[in-house]
Amino acid sequence: MNLLLNLINGIGLGSIYAIIALGYTMVYGIAKMLNFAHGDVIMVGAYICFCTMSYLPLPGAAGTILGIILAMIVCTVLGIVIERLAYKPLRSAPSLAVLITAIGVSYFLQNSALLIWKSDPRVFTSVVAGWPGLELFGGQLRISAVTIVTILTNIVVMVGLTLFTGKTQKGKAMRAVSEDKGAAQLMGINVNSTISLTFAIGSGLAAVAGVLLCSAYPTLMPTTGSMPGIKAFTAAVLGGIGSIPGAMLGGILLGIIEIFAKAYISTQLSDAIVFAVLIVVLLIKPTGLLGKKINEKV
Amino acid sequence: MSKMVPVPSNSIIPERDLNKTPVLETRHLGIDFGGLTAVENFDLTIGRTEIAGLIGPNGAGKTTVFNLLTKVYQPTRGTILLNGVDTANMNAVQVSKAGIARTFQNIRLFSNLTVEDNVKIGLHNSVNAGMFSSILRLPRHWRSERDAHERALELLSIFDMQDLANHEAGALPYGVQRRLEIVRALATNPSLLLLDEPAAGMNPSETAELMENIRKIRDTFQIAIMLIEHDMNLVMGICEGIAVLNYGKIIAKGTPAEIQNNPQVIEAYLGKQKEG
Repeated sequence: MNLLLNLINGIGLGSIYAIIALGYTMVYGIAKMLNFAHGDVIMVGAYICFCTMSYLPLPGAAGTILGIILAMIVCTVLGIVIERLAYKPLRSAPSLAVLITAIGVSYFLQNSALLIWKSDPRVFTSVVAGWPGLELFGGQLRISAVTIVTILTNIVVMVGLTLFTGKTQKGKAMRAVSEDKGAAQLMGINVNSTISLTFAIGSGLAAVAGVLLCSAYPTLMPTTGSMPGIKAFTAAVLGGIGSIPGAMLGGILLGIIEIFAKAYISTQLSDAIVFAVLIVVLLIKPTGLLGKKINEKV
Repeated sequence: MSKMVPVPSNSIIPERDLNKTPVLETRHLGIDFGGLTAVENFDLTIGRTEIAGLIGPNGAGKTTVFNLLTKVYQPTRGTILLNGVDTANMNAVQVSKAGIARTFQNIRLFSNLTVEDNVKIGLHNSVNAGMFSSILRLPRHWRSERDAHERALELLSIFDMQDLANHEAGALPYGVQRRLEIVRALATNPSLLLLDEPAAGMNPSETAELMENIRKIRDTFQIAIMLIEHDMNLVMGICEGIAVLNYGKIIAKGTPAEIQNNPQVIEAYLGKQKEG
């Protein structure tokens, strides 16, 4: 029974990683850059939701819903603004310059949050506070409401994104741009707006992930986003960066590994084990689990 | 009184006025890469429904000319008039919308997308229901989806490729990929189609079929076609006007017969004949 519970909790945690990893992997697929500020967008989303819920005089559910919506809007706009101001001018710069800029943006967001919200940890009220969990097998297996909501959200996001990239014109344009920017442009696709759209979707999802993350682990600080950000990046690489199903698979695997490592090996070593698994996978399959082999043009 | 030519489709693509100006006019077009002048004083006019050839030895700057016309490179000098409009301030996307489409020397299809989706990417210019109605799945979205689907199949049928619509583009044989690239370019509703070595890697019978198809495309769509090609049978067989490029400069212009007998062209291809 414990095993099953750990598995479900692992999938719950993994679902959060997966949603964050989607942001990394989509941006990488299109702009061929690692947006290390992505983790901090999560933190901003969580703070926006926290502030709305705490400071606006709205009754329970209305405040929560408004909080989530505001967090998504702010993060979406933030993602677009970051791309416009920080990354777009470097579109043709060497990738190292873009990477360092991304790290800079990450610190900028963290320190801005430090100025605005101070360093003391806030206690985030779960968005599903008061919801009953699920009890199975006569109370032997208790699954918390936040885990259920997280897993369901993850499924909705996954199905939504799959439909978006597979069926809609914008989604297909996105895949075309990620494959060959130049050819896409010559077919009349506006590459800049496609990249903006990608950042918007990724950052909007980051807000959702932030709210879910802080509902499960209620301590909110300006550095809250960085560790999950790095883990989600690991998840994206594990699944094969650039691949949307890969991010999903990588995220969920990572969550399961982390929870199992905590439960059966050592709490302190859990992060080390997570990264060790990444190293092993990359040694065996350098493109990640679902990554496509890249044929270099000669 | 200008003649409006109906485009062979029921939907989407609007009628075009074909009688006003040449489709393309370049004046003193040139580009430098660092200190190197890659193309210089490129003057060319292409008529409404002309099939034009651009030939020259390897490295003469032919593909560079295509890259200038499609704004992959911004020209250093000169002007490009497309349908009488100066494209100086346009980028690649705007030039595509303004009516130039192209294929590539090394095929650049979206190989992970299906054949139909590749064509639909090209249709982006003319079919767009807008983000809002796409997300909300408004009737307008479905109508434009259906139009795009029909239009894509119609275009694919030029090369009898409609049965391949659901295949992944990257998995197709080479010759089919080349044809798909032409279809994708046509989907952008161009008035000038640029073909970069369309017959590369084809056998003589495939080349003959390609020649037929190029003529057919010109006749059905009433567009101008400019092609870069090394296969002289193809060039001499279908081009009405030919420009010869050597070291970035046009060394000869004329009809196929004129080009074939031009001593400068022969020299560029075969080297200078020994005196005496």
